[in-house]
Amino acid sequence: MLEIKGLKVKLEAEDKEILKGVDLEVPAGAVHAIMGPNGSGKSTLSYVLAGREGYEVTAGSATLDGQDLLDMAPEERAAAGLFLAFQYPVEIPGVGNMTFLRTAVNSQRKLRGEEELSAAEFLKLVRTEARKLRIDADMLKRPVNVGFSGGEKKRNEILQMAMLQPKMCILDETDSGLDVDAMKLVAEGVNGLRDAGRSFLVITHYQRLLDHIKPDVVHIMAAGRIVRTGGPELALEVEHNGYGDILSEVA
Amino acid sequence: MVTPAVSNPAPSLLDRLVLPTSGAWANDARKGALARFREMGFPGRRDEYWRFAGGDDFAAPEPEEAPILDMQGEAPVFTGLERLKFSFRDGRFEGTMPDLPEGLEVSRLADAGQADLHWARDLYGVLEAAGQSPVARPFAALNTAFAPDGLLIRITGKVALPLNLIYCHDDPRSDAMLHHVLRLEPGAELTLLENGPAAARLNTVLEVDVAEGACFHHVRTQGRDHGRRAVTHVFARLGQESVFKSFTLTVNGTHTRNETVIEFAGEGGVAHVAGAAMGDGRMGSFIHDDTVFITHGAPGCESRQVYKKVLLNGAVGIFQGKILVREGAQKTDGYQKSQALLLDEDSTFLAKPELEIYADDVACSHGSTSGGIDEEALFYLRSRGVPAAEAQDLLVLAFLSDAMDEIEDAAITEDITSRLEAWLARRRG
Ligand SMILES: Nc1ncnc2c1ncn2[C@@H]1O[C@H](COP(=O)(O)OP(=O)(O)O)[C@@H](O)[C@H]1O
Ligand SMILES: [Mg+2]
Repeated sequence: MLEIKGLKVKLEAEDKEILKGVDLEVPAGAVHAIMGPNGSGKSTLSYVLAGREGYEVTAGSATLDGQDLLDMAPEERAAAGLFLAFQYPVEIPGVGNMTFLRTAVNSQRKLRGEEELSAAEFLKLVRTEARKLRIDADMLKRPVNVGFSGGEKKRNEILQMAMLQPKMCILDETDSGLDVDAMKLVAEGVNGLRDAGRSFLVITHYQRLLDHIKPDVVHIMAAGRIVRTGGPELALEVEHNGYGDILSEVA
Repeated sequence: MVTPAVSNPAPSLLDRLVLPTSGAWANDARKGALARFREMGFPGRRDEYWRFAGGDDFAAPEPEEAPILDMQGEAPVFTGLERLKFSFRDGRFEGTMPDLPEGLEVSRLADAGQADLHWARDLYGVLEAAGQSPVARPFAALNTAFAPDGLLIRITGKVALPLNLIYCHDDPRSDAMLHHVLRLEPGAELTLLENGPAAARLNTVLEVDVAEGACFHHVRTQGRDHGRRAVTHVFARLGQESVFKSFTLTVNGTHTRNETVIEFAGEGGVAHVAGAAMGDGRMGSFIHDDTVFITHGAPGCESRQVYKKVLLNGAVGIFQGKILVREGAQKTDGYQKSQALLLDEDSTFLAKPELEIYADDVACSHGSTSGGIDEEALFYLRSRGVPAAEAQDLLVLAFLSDAMDEIEDAAITEDITSRLEAWLARRRG
């Protein structure tokens, strides 16, 4: 599904290399986790995949089902099935959450050459998905993420994911700022979407989200590289011993 | 005394204008206004409130040509609403008066001005004259003196249907002055809609007297013509517990200056004034100027100004807004926001926000900002599949939404929003 090879990225503004050769492959239907200390480049990787400006790819490639992601506009990547749940969801004053969701859903359908959803179809879908995430009518009416608590913002990201039905979902620290109940809701949301045709890349700092979303493979990222890859037990190792051991091992 | 203004084309425009033949009441008002005008003269760049763009566009002896825009089948704003229609072509009333509901009296200035006496005598040019101090508004005095047409409207009850003044412009060189007077008697209610480009060059005065407990809503759109120039004035006097709300949409236009002068004369009045303007300098010069002066002359009143401008390709936005709180006007609540969204580096926003307060127990705030599109928000939208151009349009509409929120009627908001969307879509070609 997602294939990243030798990806090197530096910041456009300053001559600073952040990703120093990332190799990663997430097969269809799989759940992979990336863990790693702060500043190791996890968010940068997710932003580069989603197409944010400000980065320069100096080497390597990233493909989604064989399509060159790096050559596409952010909206084309989204229409091709890539979704990033932001570590820091963006507030958009003046744009209602409902309008935002409907515009996103229909824009993607249009880009894919599909029929737009009717108002009734959309409403039905949004109500069903919002209920699962305990997102009330008020949150749907308010401007996107404005005045939302940390947990509400993260649930709102999962709502968007549920509505857009992407095939490659990247979750960047979706667990941070969530209490236990909110984390369960988010995990249920993710688990409900798991299927053979959909893959997940779950970026997290802590093991606890992985208790709820069971990964098939865990990668450890440090200083712009994947330094270890293993099974779920790798997450437990980090939980117990911290990153110190692993990092000194690879250093 | 006649004080000729320094080196400007004043004499020639004045020479061209002819005082309409009038009956006693209007004649007095016109002569008084002409005397006021002669005292002030045409404004020059040295005048404090004309520094940014000057007044030559409005003072020139002849208007510049303004080609008639082909609307390509677009229905005029407010078409979907049930309303009472009054049409003006190049500054003259045309057609017939609609049947008026109870509580509404309407006459033409061109007719009523011939009479010896009319109720409008107590207002015509009176609110304008009061609004000349402390800041002179010469084009308003000129208008009172020379405007040949307009409507004199008295509202004695709650009028359910909005009254719609529909302007159109057939002569690419028309030079029009319109002067409307509205008197809302105590407890009366009215919505006034205005739309369309009234002339190649337009000078309007709208005097509105809102008596105690009365409620006035005003929504206007100024037409999409590129070449037109307009200087408009609203003078409002608000009685106790009265409500005045006014929203203006401006797209295109070479030079538009909208002056709003409001005076709270009784306790507990509410005035909300808002404007959304969008200009693209690629279609020719675009200058949009909102000049607002609100005087809190009574305690416990609330005023709110929300002005938003979207500018690109060298467009110029100007905001000059003042809240004056007089001694004794305690518990004043004054709010002013003026913002510009600059879609490129060529466009300019010039702002002069002012507060002048002579009472100690008041809450007044003002904020003026300008900036570009929020890149983070743009990326967020694109990452959800919204193409860049549409994402930007959505953010432009979001930026304008504060001003749009000042419109009371949801159907009108929707109508106007669709105009904004269409304007943005045309920019994308
Ligand atoms: N826009 C930026 N400007 C400056 N430094 C940045 C920028 N984006 C990322 N970095 C730097 O890149 C490194 C990786 O950051 P990030 O990808 O956010 O790490 P993580 O998500 O793993 O915590 C950090 O050293 C961070 O300071
Ligand atoms: Mg991060």
